Amino acid sequence: MIPEYGQLALNFAMLLALGLAVLPLAGTLYGRVVWMATGRSLATGLFVFVAVAYACLTWAFYQDDFSVKYVANHSNSMLPMIYKLCAVWGGHEGSLLLWMLILAGWTFLVALFSREMPLDLVARVLSVMGMVAVGFLGFMLITSNPFERILPEAPMDGGDLNPLLQDPGFVIHPPMLYMGYVGFSVVFAFAIAALISGRIDSAWARWARPWTNAAWAFLTIGIALGSWWAYYELGWGGWWFWDPVENASFMPWLAGTALIHSLAMSEKRGVFNSWTLLLSISAFSLSLLGTFLVRSGVLTSVHAFASDPSRGLFILCFLAVVVGGSLTLYAFRAPVLKSQTGFSWLSRETFLLANSVIFILSCALVLLGTLFPLIADAFNLGKFSVGEPWFNAFFPPLMALVGLLMGTGVMLNWKKTRFAKIQRWQGIAFLFSLWLASFIPGIVPGDFSIGAAFAIFVGSWVISSTLLDFFRRMQNAQNAGARMRSFGLSYYGMMMAHAGFGVCLLGAAIDSIYAEQRDLRVTTGSHVEVSGYQFELVEVSRFRGANFWADRGEVVVRKDGRVVASLQPEKRRYFSGGNIMTEAAIDAGLFRDLYVSLGDKINNTDWAMRVYFKPLVRWIWLGAIMMAFGGFLAIMDKRYRRVRAAADTPVETGPPVEETTQFEPLPAEEAKPGGAL
Amino acid sequence: MKRLFFFVPALLFVVLSCFLYFGLGNDPTVLPSVTVGKPVPAFQLPVLGAEEGTELSQEELAGEPYLLNVWATWCAACLVEHPYLYELSQRGVKIVGINYKDDPAAAVKWLEKYKDPYAVSVVDARGRLGFDLGVTGAPETFLVDAEGQILYRHLGVVDENVWESHFASTFSQSSQELAEE
Repeated sequence: MIPEYGQLALNFAMLLALGLAVLPLAGTLYGRVVWMATGRSLATGLFVFVAVAYACLTWAFYQDDFSVKYVANHSNSMLPMIYKLCAVWGGHEGSLLLWMLILAGWTFLVALFSREMPLDLVARVLSVMGMVAVGFLGFMLITSNPFERILPEAPMDGGDLNPLLQDPGFVIHPPMLYMGYVGFSVVFAFAIAALISGRIDSAWARWARPWTNAAWAFLTIGIALGSWWAYYELGWGGWWFWDPVENASFMPWLAGTALIHSLAMSEKRGVFNSWTLLLSISAFSLSLLGTFLVRSGVLTSVHAFASDPSRGLFILCFLAVVVGGSLTLYAFRAPVLKSQTGFSWLSRETFLLANSVIFILSCALVLLGTLFPLIADAFNLGKFSVGEPWFNAFFPPLMALVGLLMGTGVMLNWKKTRFAKIQRWQGIAFLFSLWLASFIPGIVPGDFSIGAAFAIFVGSWVISSTLLDFFRRMQNAQNAGARMRSFGLSYYGMMMAHAGFGVCLLGAAIDSIYAEQRDLRVTTGSHVEVSGYQFELVEVSRFRGANFWADRGEVVVRKDGRVVASLQPEKRRYFSGGNIMTEAAIDAGLFRDLYVSLGDKINNTDWAMRVYFKPLVRWIWLGAIMMAFGGFLAIMDKRYRRVRAAADTPVETGPPVEETTQFEPLPAEEAKPGGAL
Repeated sequence: MKRLFFFVPALLFVVLSCFLYFGLGNDPTVLPSVTVGKPVPAFQLPVLGAEEGTELSQEELAGEPYLLNVWATWCAACLVEHPYLYELSQRGVKIVGINYKDDPAAAVKWLEKYKDPYAVSVVDARGRLGFDLGVTGAPETFLVDAEGQILYRHLGVVDENVWESHFASTFSQSSQELAEE
């Protein structure tokens, strides 16, 4: 019975979503306060019913109810419990339910934390989110019902979860990614609400910013986890493959990065408002496009879901309504919106605009590369994809450019800056980076790499300018503690995220340039040498795991005769389905990873083995974590909470006059060095 | 006029949707080999293990049917099919190797170690020929007739079954034809 309850809950959720999509919005049109006020309760109801449906599906997995088709296809009685619970999002239908749960969750959070916002804005935002929910619930109920039964002949056992997904990385990767994808629906809803009402001001941007930052930070973690998972699970030693599905998650991230910076401009200076709105629509549209690409079977990919044209058609129609509709609305309404103007070229605005443009350009080129197979097909050019060379040709240079601009941009004030004021600090950062770049590639064995020197220069330029900016702002401070507090958490968040970008850039570049890979045939008992490390294959033994057989190699790594690490790469054969999986063994370090994966058995004593030496590879994910942490830090800034406090108890935060000066697009900012993003 | 500018994103989206709609009709898992039924793409590549400057082109190979086998030392599955390829070469089948994205020195050693089934191997270090052939990975084997037309493309390991079902008939036919002539 439980799955039927789940089905019923989904239907109720659909009704509530329909109500949410229509009622509060109609209230704003007819001026009915009561209708507008229903938004919050409908949003809560939607969340509750979707959560019930989700719990029902989880229960079906917990109980091994193989009469439910989705459970039968994605679970197995031998599967460890934790993976049974995570298998809920191991396939198309269930992951859609997770997506829906997260959408309902974000909607609920907006309803919960919007008490200080004007009621009509809340009503519009919630209605737009309701419309998105209607689309996804409709998609699920019409084409991809997770509760479908196989009756009367239910299978005895399930088909098992794809072994690639039986991994701790998989436990958190999809939820994080979806938190990010779906989180952009909030700022999307804010943008649509602004377009409908024709009003956009710095208060609007201030409400939209924390949601955007949160979504962006989750997406950053999600992408980093995906990359980390690919790195250790796929056994190819790579961490980014420009695979269509990876790109699908990366494009919203690029647009989202441009968006959080553009929102900063809209909040602080009231400039480029229509650009901000376009970016808000783009970020969420790209999330939806990603869903389409992954689930429609339009493109091939290592992790695409099974293709089904009817699903594809539904999402395409949905995409046409949501994206086409909102862009048309944008075309008609955006010219009406007012923006402030006026800033000199050496100002934070210019640099932020450049950042936006570069990120959007990269995003467009990634999109072009991802969809190129479709375009080629449409023009009968044959079946091919552009592959890594295309992406590697434009992406690293563009990111290097971002890095170069970032180092100067962080030190600039809004509106206009005299270069003389930052000259000294820029000079220190420049010389320091140049010094690092000139000698580090020299001490690495092998030829002096110009590419590495340039990457080291850009990376340390970003990090050192960010840190120096802090000291610049601290100089002449009477009371260091007070000055540090005056910056606000959003400044520290920005610093953290920018430094993270530099760290990530260094990791990616150094790993790409200096990583070494060897495919070797190794006789047990003998050793091979890679990058100064000796890898000895001691023995290969066979053992039985929970739901697989495995050959496990014992590899001892020595450097200069000293044992550095002992690694156990595995080759597993899963009982159900007979899938063979390579489990690489990695000795991780802050400055280098040693990575061994076991290949095929060649004869009784010899094995194929793949060995990698990967310098700084950890920095890629470390940088991503720093960026995400920076994003979360910025959300906790007092000024977002102060609005709330001001609404509840205006007395505590002082007279309202002070509030307004706080939020004016400050001319005072010029004088005050603490003007963070 | 300036207002029209704001329609650009919507128009771009319309173009995008057209491509997506078009894409829906396709099944991406089918890889129609663009090369089957067409001549072997023109190439001029160094011969593996030969003196510097020795090159081979597709024209010099025409005249009898042969197999074009994409292999590399980094490819574990190539080692799996290797003994069978050797057996085929002993039976008189002409196999031309494409040493794909590989280190030529390592490739020569590899052939010394595991025996050489190839009449000749060309060095496709940067994967240029592989790209023209639409190669997605190694091993891949193309069946080429005496006129230099590609008749069949096989992805993955060639074994007795694959040979019997897709390749053998061409070779027996052509040897019959030769006999008749």
